[in-house]
Order: sequence, then structure tokens, then C-alpha cells
Amino acid sequence: MNATSAVETSVPVTPGPATTAARLIYRHTLPIRIMHWINVIALTLMLLSGLQIFNAHPYLYWGNRSDQGTEWLALAAQEDAAGNLVGTTRIGQHQINTTGVLGVSKGSDGTPVARGFPSWLTVPSAGWLAMGRRWHFFFAWVFVLNGLCYIGYSFARKHLQRDMWPTRADWRGIGRSIIDHIRFKHPHGAEALRYNILQRLAYLTVIFLFGIGIVLMGLAMSPRMDAVLSPLVEAVGGRQSARSIHFIIAWAFVAFVVIHLFEVLVSGVFNQLRGMITGYYKIGPEPAAPIEAKPAPVTPEVTPGPLAGEPTPIAEDPRHE
Amino acid sequence: MSDRRSFLRMAGMGAVGMLLAGCDRISQSGLGTRVLGSAEGLNRRVQALLSPSSAMAKEYSEADISPVFHPNGTTMPDTPAYQALMANQFRDYKLQVDGLVSRPAMLSIADLKALDDRTQITRHDCVEGWSAIGKWRGTVLSAVLDHVGVSPQAAFVVFHCFDEMDVDTPYYESVDIREARHPQTLLAFELNDQPLPVPNGAPLRLRLGRQLGYKQAKYISRIELVSSFKEIGDGKGGYWEDQGYEWYAGI
Repeated sequence: MNATSAVETSVPVTPGPATTAARLIYRHTLPIRIMHWINVIALTLMLLSGLQIFNAHPYLYWGNRSDQGTEWLALAAQEDAAGNLVGTTRIGQHQINTTGVLGVSKGSDGTPVARGFPSWLTVPSAGWLAMGRRWHFFFAWVFVLNGLCYIGYSFARKHLQRDMWPTRADWRGIGRSIIDHIRFKHPHGAEALRYNILQRLAYLTVIFLFGIGIVLMGLAMSPRMDAVLSPLVEAVGGRQSARSIHFIIAWAFVAFVVIHLFEVLVSGVFNQLRGMITGYYKIGPEPAAPIEAKPAPVTPEVTPGPLAGEPTPIAEDPRHE
Repeated sequence: MSDRRSFLRMAGMGAVGMLLAGCDRISQSGLGTRVLGSAEGLNRRVQALLSPSSAMAKEYSEADISPVFHPNGTTMPDTPAYQALMANQFRDYKLQVDGLVSRPAMLSIADLKALDDRTQITRHDCVEGWSAIGKWRGTVLSAVLDHVGVSPQAAFVVFHCFDEMDVDTPYYESVDIREARHPQTLLAFELNDQPLPVPNGAPLRLRLGRQLGYKQAKYISRIELVSSFKEIGDGKGGYWEDQGYEWYAGI
């Protein structure tokens, strides 16, 4: 990938000529791509090892204490009259039978065992708290250091300020953007390179609220850190509240990833994957109707394309990482 | 369509299965566990920087005390030595303090009280995830260490316990001198204004303000000052440490 130099150019930005042919745009720089995939690995392993840790006590509480009977979430196992294990999930006062998945699921020998989340959702697959903690804390460092690099890099390269911080025009277009998303309508021209308002809000929420929040709530569970973080712990209600919030944010990350993958799927899975693997993203011909939003600036240099037979890639201002 | 869907489902499950199987293999391998375990040293050093060794755990009020302080692990040591002491309400109990000290001692609960007597309400956090708050009365470990005189070579305080986790595998734990000297590190003999109940570690247990529950040895029979814990148990510094848990349990 030798196009980085092209991305670094600071040629005066001029609106590009209306293009009709499809073209490849260098969209995601190498550091962003590497950090993205490190994050995929770290988040996946933290979720799976986190569920292993959760299974050691599959109950959640609010406050500082874990008094029996005050759980707001409980993945429990009971024996029915016939002696079979029944798995239940209780949220507040609502309890449902979740045998086979939550509360009770098949152990390694195929017989039902009491465990919060099933073995196919935990690392390691067997109940093994000590090892789950090793995975979790190792990848916690990967996640935190990678996240700090990402924020630092994106800030230095103005990726955060330009591509994610919503503009006034973005806010005005929020209704339109919601409707477009509901109709699975995705722009194909230069507009596809720009993060829309919902993307901007989603990314900012995930990075700053979820990312920082889940790390702080993880630290708030550490008794050593609580010697200095006690005001934060008490502000969220107590250590068990921090554990609950940590769990909720973990699933909020899952919800984000589900939506993210869905959007990748409906907006062109091959093109999006190529964008995040090679950096090159193809945009289609401009629609006949003039676009209201300003077209993406294009620098005149042409770099050799890495993909023979593809439309000639055009070096792009690094606004769209 | 349903063919494709089931294919995708199989492929997805195959990918997840391969990921989990790979993780399981790493979990079983020596190198894998060592690499993953390297985070422990980082946690210990970084947490010592962010939360200095003098930092105090929060102390709670009477209203915060758990109605039931859940006992975990051993709740009734069955060794003859312990059973004999229990039969006599621990009146004959004496804590043995030896190792790298200048004045080895045998201390009764009354002796401990004479050395130092304080009460604190702190939170107990189990490695499993639950928490309980209790009011502990005890003797600060630092006072005991001063009483026996710690040799300069001593680096760790080892707690030997009455309860056996397996045949000839007594529970034990260890902390470094700095943690042992922390003002909230107590040898507790009372819980919630009552003599320490047997399930909670009678007659004497360790209380650390800033580490997880498994570090807080119950049923202490002997305290030994050592320069290294390599020769004790499987050499990892504690019963649960020998089972793969971290020696540093600050997180």
C-alpha cells in the first residue's frame, strides 16, 4: 500500500470535476485499518471472556452490595419436579424459561449444567474463571492502548473533528438521514464517503460513551483502584452498579456491532470490506441530480492502483478515514 | 434460500467454533497462559502508580453493612487441630508468628487486642463478582510485625491456615511487606460486633482493604515471614494462585 503519500498531500482543495465513471478512493489509512481489526479481536475476546467471568456469579445488582433477593438480573438454574435442570432468566420481576441457552445449557459432556451463558459464548468454553480473567485483562490492555492510539491519531489527523463532529448542516439533515436509514437507502457517489449524521453520532457515542465508560466501570470494580476512584464508584451507585453498567455497555457494543454489520451488508459488503482491508473504497457514478452537499475534494495526482483491472484510484484528501 | 441460510448459519457457527477451540488450545498451552498472564504484572505496576500504596479503601457507615455476610470457600475446617480448638470456643488459640523475625511469638486473641484494637467497615469483593460490607474489629498487622521484629531479608508475609482444600493441601496466602503494613490490613477477630463466626474464618482472619476475597485468608494458624514463597505449596504464593489465579488481586 503505497498510497499513503498521496493521502498526505495538502494540495489546495478544489471541488472535483463531476465524474461519471466509478472510481476507487483511498478511504481508510493503514493505521486506521490496523486499529480497526485489532479492536475487532480485542472486543470479541473481551466479550467472550467477560461472559466467562460473569458466569462465576450470574446475577447483577444495583448499589454496593450483593444481597440475595435484590438481583435485577439473574440467570439461574432450578430443578423441576422430575429432577431436570431448568434454566431461568429473570429481569426484575419478569422470569422466563431459557433452558438450553441461559441459566442451564449443555456442558462439555453434553449433559445440561447450570451456567449463566452457554459454553459457545465463553472463553474458555468450560467454566474456568481464572483463565477467563487472564484473557480479559490481557485484551483489556490491548483494547485500551489501541483505543488511545485511535483517539490520538484521529484527533491529530482531524478525523474526529472533520468526519465525526456533526456540522450544523448535519443536524439539519437528521430527519432526512433517519428516513434514508429506515429505507436502507445509501448514497453511492461522493456522498457515500461522508459520514452522515447518524453515523457521526453513533461513532462518537461508541468511542466516547461506550469505550471510555466500559473501561471506567471495569476499573471501578477493582478494589485497588477504588481506593482512588471511590467518588466515581459512589456516583454510579456502588461497585455492583458499576458491574451492572459494565455488563450493559458490553451488550450496547454488541448492539452497535450488529447494526454496523447490517449497514455494511446492505451498503455493499465487498466494497466495505475492501475499504477496511486494502483502504480502497469504490464510489459509483454521480447521480444525475446535483448533490446538495459539497462534493468530496479530489487532488489531481493519480497513484498507481493496487488492483489491476479496477478503475483508476484517485488520491483523496484524508478526510474520510 | 433456506439452503443458503443454513449454510451461512453453519459457516457462522463453524467460525465461532474454530475461534473458541483455538482459544481453548491457547488456554491449555504453557506459552499461551504465560503471555495472557503477563497482564498481571502490568496491572500491579500501573495500579500502584495510579492508586498509591498509601491510598485507603473507602470505609462505610453502619447503615451500609450487609444483612448477611456471605461466607465462601471453606465454612467448616475439618482438621483435628481446628476441631479441638473450636470445641473449646478457641480459648486455647494462639497465633504462631515466626520465620524471618527477631522475636518469634505465640499470640492469643487477648495479646493481639493489647497490641492494637481497631474497627473498620469495609467492602469485601469476591473474584466471582459479588460484594458484601462488614464491620471488622481486629489488630492492624503492622503492630504484630513491629512486635516480632521483621528481618530486613523478609519480603513477604505468608498466612498458613487450618483449613485443608484437599488432602495435605492447606489454604495459604501471602502479601508483600508493603501491603502487610497498610493501615487497613487487619487480623480480624470480630465481624459485626460478634466474635468471628466459624464460616467467616474464626478465630482469626486476614482483612485487606484493596484486594479480592481469596487473598483474605480465613482460619489463620500461623504467620510466617519469608524472603520468597517459592518453596511453599506450588510456589505461587497462595492456594488459589496455585490454581491459576493472580497473586496480585487488586483487580
